[in-house]
Formats: sequence, structure tokens, C-alpha cells
Amino acid sequence: MGSHGIKDQVAIVGMGCTRFGEHWNKGADDLLIESTTDALASAGIAKHDVDAFWLGTAMSGMSGMTLSRPLQLQNKPVTRVENFCATGSEALRNAAYAVASGAYDVAMAVGVEKVKDSGYQGLVGAGKTPTDGTNRTLTAAAMFAMCAPAYGHKYGVSDDQMREVLARISWKNHYNGARNPRAQFRKEVTMDTICGAPLMAGGLRVFDCSGVADGSAAAVLVRAEDAHRYTDRPLYVKALSFVAGNASGNADPDYDYTWFPEIHAAGLDAYAQAGVTDPRGQIAMAEVHDCFTPAELLIYEDLGFVERGTAWKEVLAGTFDLAGDLPVNPDGGLKSFGHPVGASGLRMFFESWLQLRGEAPEDRRITTASRGLGLTHNLGGFPGEMVSFVGIVGNELG
Amino acid sequence: MGRDLRSAGTIGAVLGDGPPSGTEKDVMQGILSAAGYVPYRRLDRSAIAETFGSGGGRGTRAVAGYDEDTTTLGVEAARLALRAVPDTPAQVLWFSTVAPAYLDKTNATTIHAALRLDTDVVAADFGGAIRSGVAALGTALHTTTPTLVVTADIRDGLPTSADESAGGDAAAAILVGPDSAGPLIATLVGEGHTTEEFIDRWRVPGERRSKVWEERFGETKYVPLGEQAWNTALKDAELSPDQLDRVIVTGSHGRAVRALIARLGVDKARVVDDLSGSVGFTGAAHPGLLLTTALETAAPGQTIALVSLADGADVLVLRTTDALPGWTSPRTVATQIEAGATLPYGKFLNWRGMVSVEPPRRPEPDRISASVTGRTEHWKYGFVGSKDRASDALHLPPARVSRVGDGVDDMADAPMADVPGTIAAFTIDRIAYSPSPPIVFAIVDFDGGGRLPVELTDVNADELKVGDRVEMTFRRLFAADGVQNYFWKARPIRG
Repeated sequence: MGSHGIKDQVAIVGMGCTRFGEHWNKGADDLLIESTTDALASAGIAKHDVDAFWLGTAMSGMSGMTLSRPLQLQNKPVTRVENFCATGSEALRNAAYAVASGAYDVAMAVGVEKVKDSGYQGLVGAGKTPTDGTNRTLTAAAMFAMCAPAYGHKYGVSDDQMREVLARISWKNHYNGARNPRAQFRKEVTMDTICGAPLMAGGLRVFDCSGVADGSAAAVLVRAEDAHRYTDRPLYVKALSFVAGNASGNADPDYDYTWFPEIHAAGLDAYAQAGVTDPRGQIAMAEVHDCFTPAELLIYEDLGFVERGTAWKEVLAGTFDLAGDLPVNPDGGLKSFGHPVGASGLRMFFESWLQLRGEAPEDRRITTASRGLGLTHNLGGFPGEMVSFVGIVGNELG
Repeated sequence: MGRDLRSAGTIGAVLGDGPPSGTEKDVMQGILSAAGYVPYRRLDRSAIAETFGSGGGRGTRAVAGYDEDTTTLGVEAARLALRAVPDTPAQVLWFSTVAPAYLDKTNATTIHAALRLDTDVVAADFGGAIRSGVAALGTALHTTTPTLVVTADIRDGLPTSADESAGGDAAAAILVGPDSAGPLIATLVGEGHTTEEFIDRWRVPGERRSKVWEERFGETKYVPLGEQAWNTALKDAELSPDQLDRVIVTGSHGRAVRALIARLGVDKARVVDDLSGSVGFTGAAHPGLLLTTALETAAPGQTIALVSLADGADVLVLRTTDALPGWTSPRTVATQIEAGATLPYGKFLNWRGMVSVEPPRRPEPDRISASVTGRTEHWKYGFVGSKDRASDALHLPPARVSRVGDGVDDMADAPMADVPGTIAAFTIDRIAYSPSPPIVFAIVDFDGGGRLPVELTDVNADELKVGDRVEMTFRRLFAADGVQNYFWKARPIRG
């Protein structure tokens, strides 16, 4: 028994990502065609060259035919996966294992979500399993809102300080997103605007919540030894870790909402797979699941970027800014890139694809790319009951 | 003090239960416990005239929460009544209301489930008319099995109507039975009943409001009917009016009630406050509610007469026993009246369905599944979790596999409805669906272990803080396709 990972066995050799946003004139089919066409072009191959597909979508279709029909795939296996908001990274994880197993030479991971056809703001429509009516009906915003006062109480951060810390995270992600042509919100926002926005849940205001967008992203994966047949600058898979929590946080009085055990565990596993011993020093950039600003704050500590209880100071010091010591969400994150559930995990890999291969636009290029490792963290669920993915890719073998 | 309750002229004679007629066996019957439930919110009647220029009056009326119906009100009263006598199980449950949550389907079964009564306990509705509440009580006093009589009402009327302002929402639960079931705190010593068909007040099924004839006509009917029943009851009890310590007079016709009081020959000081200034007239529940207030403040050996006017008159005369001081209400009606908080008139009109406001822009919830609910009845209705025998880890909702250790199917029932808890964290959700947004939600840690994120109710969000103490309360979360979705919420402990 053991989690060994597949370090350096699989490479990403092509990626595509649509603009994220309110695509009133595009359906899931259009978005899938767009992202996969770009990914195939990026790898220099045609759809018939792909041996198997993994499609991640949480609520935009059932079965692999959600992909095979619009792409008109002939006699190809397509696996539809769903794992809450970590659906996109789960598609990539499974495609990578299929290639590593030797079952297929070329696999594609695709994520898509069409969320703006429901008539409602926010995420609705997922999960229509018949119930006894006792299930919680709270929004994700309300659940994550509980983390901020809990963290503040534990580490002696006043409400005003916490407000500034959360706003600083939002400000950073908007700053980065403003420099990303694919982002949903391409505007810098002042701290005053963030702090004065309407309340949504608990102390969380509009700018503490990620954007809800339509979008799609895709990746082509091959065995590492084949990578240079497709590109001169492949990204090698260093680690893929996943933890599905047992939802005990909301049943266990010892859980204090100041950390996410599932993320901590997935991080440790990923670092072991990749041989990372000093995340802050070794990782060039991280894309983390900033669905709500308190999530990003706690993730810094769960992933070991900083000591527990210190992340809030590091935020204010600019550690995670684009030009900081460890840039986090250089593409704008869920906050300003938007969050098409099934696509977000792959969108996060797409930023490593751009940054570690020197393709990111100059005005949002990280200065730490020479470290060579990009981390993707993608979660689904709520504090106390979540699934968590941590993946690491690098631009060199070894 | 006992009397043959099967003598001619009593409700029991009609029932024909118990020993065959002709036996001389005296059965000591009476009240084992009683409780009222007054919901948290109050409408200040002056707000009605301030809004419409007419209607209203002085004082307040009790208002059921948007998440309460007559069934949930009844559950709360019944829980209090049974909590006072934990060793006296009810073997029959009767529920009476004018405003049932369901027709065709029995509502008492929901109360039965929430109280976690045994399967062999009968649960049935005594519904429809205001009189059904006091009739259920009077009838139960003639049965030989411990019977929990639950009465509840939510009184509606059009804005500015007399029913809107004079009505109130509340429930009462009276556990009656033979002395063999437990110490009787009061025994029935006399009764009188009269009936006459006349049109004073009526409501077409499905309508939210009742209509009334000119009230002077009803007065001419009710006063003689009341006097006749009164005289019969006093004769039955072998008492004169001046021997009564407390007299309760209530009814669906306020003017007739006042006129009758003047004719009973009772010192006004002995007439029990009818709660019209604080709670309002609570329909089928009101006789039980007022009887409860009288019992909660009575001394042993006192006589209490209960007079109820509704399509005739019902008079019950009771005498408290030496067991009364040994019975303590977990929460008196007076305490609950004291703890009330004002509800703005606009909210009241919205909660009653008289004014529609813009709903939250979220999808409405789906109908609950009967079969899923059938599997989780103990959790959903009884709030029973499970406790891992090996680790003592508490699971809410109940689980088969323990979150601590490797135990599978090694769980004991953990009834949590009466376990208080403490707020570990809370949040206000302004975007989630609720019949009355915003939702206030808390992580509740229960005394002795166990945690549940659960919705709060009867709460003023700006007064809430971590560490506040809460108790569980049975509520209606929403209804979809006519199916009521009942579950538990937490509310601040008051009194």
C-alpha cells in the first residue's frame, strides 16, 4: 500500500482555455469545441489522434456523450467525471493515470461548465437527488464566511484587520485578472470598493466571492518520453493528489473552521510525490481555489506556504502578489477569472502552462518561474466537508 | 373526590368505553400534566391602525413564526407537557385544530413522530371547529388510558378585521388519564354541556378567514347556553359559585363571554386572565392554554371552572390535588409571554400570506421524498442521532460507520431533541432560499458531544454571539407540492 504518484511519467503537451464569462451566445457544446480545438492545435494533433477522453462537468451534461456528440468523436472512449468544484482537475488526474498505465498513448482531459442558463445568480441546479428534506440549504458563501471570524479569534486578528486581509486577497486577484485577457473580470478594484460592497453572507461581501462564469479548458497528455514529439516545452506531471473528506468537520466539535484537513492531507501527499520539501522556496507559483477570500487565506497555511497563524500578515506584506515571494493566482483566480465548475481545475493548470513556458503576457509574468514548479489546488464542497485536489507540474524532468 | 364518570349526561356516557354500564366502579380521572406553547413573536395591535387607519386595538397578539404551523405548535406544547412527567407515557394522542396542515392525512402522526411515541400509541385528529379542542379534552377525561390532548391554532383574519387583532396563535397539551398512570395534579369534579345549532361564525374549507353574523344575535344564543351548562356543572360538582377559586371563561364570541361572566355570580377577582391583551384568542387551543395558566399558578385543593363558548357551551370543573406542588412546568405560559418579541406588521402580513413580497432569487426547493423520509423518520421527526459504542462519538445525522475508529453498525440511539447546545460559529446567509430571508445558520455543539450545522429561528441576528445557548425546536422548513417539510431548528434558550 502507498501513494507513489507518477512523477515524470506523463507530460502535458497541449492546452486550450476559453475566455471565462457570461457566454450568453455559447452553449456547453460551443465551449467544448473551442477549448479542445485550441488544445489539439497547441499539441499539433487532430481529434482522431487522441485515444481516450476524460470530460469533467458537474452540471452541464451527463455521460461521455456530452463530449463525443459535439466533437463527433468516432469510436472513442469518453469518461465523464464529477467531483464537485474539483471536477476539472479530477478529469486531468484520471487521464494522466490512463496514460501512465500504458493503456493509451494520447489522452485528453476536458472540463466545461455552462452555468449561466439557469436564470439565477450563483451556482444552482447541481444535485437533484431525492432527499428527506433535512439536508442543509446554506450557500457556500455562508459556510466559508464562518472561517474568517474563527481564524481571527484563534490568531488574534481583529475584525477590522481581517476585513483588510480579505480585501487584500480580493484586490490582488483582481489586479492579476485585469492583466488576463481570458478572465471574466478584467478590472482592478480599490480596497475601498471591496470593503464597501454589499454583504452576501456573514461578513463576506460581493468582492469576497468568486465570479460565476461559463467556460472550458482542455489538456493533451502523453507519456513523458513522447513529449518532445509534440512540443519543445512540455510540462511534466510531478504530483496528483486527491482527498475526499469524510464530512466529519460538521459533526466533530473539535473542528474549529481555521483550517481544511482535506487540503492539508492532499498537500502533504502531493509534496511527497513530487519530492517537495520547502514549498515556499521550491514552488514558482500556485493556483489555489479562492472560491471565497477566507478559503485562500486558510489554504496558504494548509499547503505549508507559511506557518499557521501568519498567513494574514504575509497577505498584507504582499508575499502572494504577482511580484511577491510566492505568487498565488497570477491569472486572477476564481475571483476574477470566474468559476465554471468543471473547467476551473484545468484552467489552473493552464496558468502553469503559460507561466512555466514563458508564454504569460509580460504584464503579469511571475518573476519566480525559474523555480520550475507550478502548483494547482482545487477544492469542492464546504468547510468541514470537502474534496481537495493538489497537483504539481514542472518544466523539467527530475 | 372521585366520581362515576359514566353517569348519564357526560361525554363519557356517549363513548360507551370502560366497564359496562351499571357497574358502580369509581374511576379516578384527571390531569397528569399540562403545558402551553406561545410562539416568540408578537404583533402590536396599534401597528394595524397605523398602517390602515382602522382596526387593531390595544395590547399584543401572539404570532406563529413563518416556519410554524399548528402541528409544530402542538409538538412544542406536547414536548413541554411530557417533559414535566417523564415517567408517564401517553398511550393515546389526540390533536385538535381549526387550521390543520393536512386534510385526509392525519396531523397527529407528525406529533407522534416528533414525540417519539411508540408505534402502538393511537394518534388521531379532532379537527374542524373551535369546539373540537375543548371537546377532545372533555372526552379524554372519560377514557381510562393516558391520553395526550394537543390543541393548537393559528388565527387568521383579513387585515383590520377583529379576528386579525383579537386572534392569537398558540398550543396547549394536556395529559389526562387515571390515577394509576401517575399522580393527578387535578381531578374532574363536575361538568355541563349544551349544544344548539345557530349561525354565528363560519368558514368555508380552504378559506383563510371566517365570517360572522351580527354579534348581538350570537350573544342572545350563547349567554343562556352558557348559564345552562354552568348550572349543570356546578350541580354535578356539588359546588356553589362562591366555592370556586378560579374561573376561566373563554369562547369564540367575545361579547357573549363578557356578558356571561357578569351572570355567573363569581367575584371578578377570581376570573382568570383570558390573555386577550397579550396572546389573543387562540381558537381550539384557548381552553387548554387558559387551564394550563390556572394550573401553573394554583395551590393544592383549589377548584377551577373552565367555561368555553363555541356552538354551545362546555363547562369542566376541576379540583387540584396535593400532587400539584410536585409538578413543575419546564416553562410556564407566563414565562413565554414575557419572552416575546415584536414583529413588524409588514412581516406579519407577509408571513400570513396576506402580502406577497419579492422572493429570494433562488430556485424553490423540491418536494421531499416519501421513501427517503420513511427511512429516516427517527432523525427527521425525532431528532435521534447515533452514538458509537466503542468511541462514544456522536453522529448527527445518525451513521452506520463511525467517524472515529473502525466501528460498523455498533451504534446506540442518541435522542438529541431535548439536549441543549452552544453556538460555536454562526453566519447570516442573504442569498440562500428561505420563506423569510435571511437565513441565520449556526454550528451547534451539543452538551455532552455532537455537532450539527443547523438553521436558527426565533432569533434576532444582531443580538447573536458565539457561545449563546440554544435548544432544539420542531419546525416546518418549507412546503412543496403540498408536502410539509418538517425538521428541527435551534433557537436561543429564553426562560
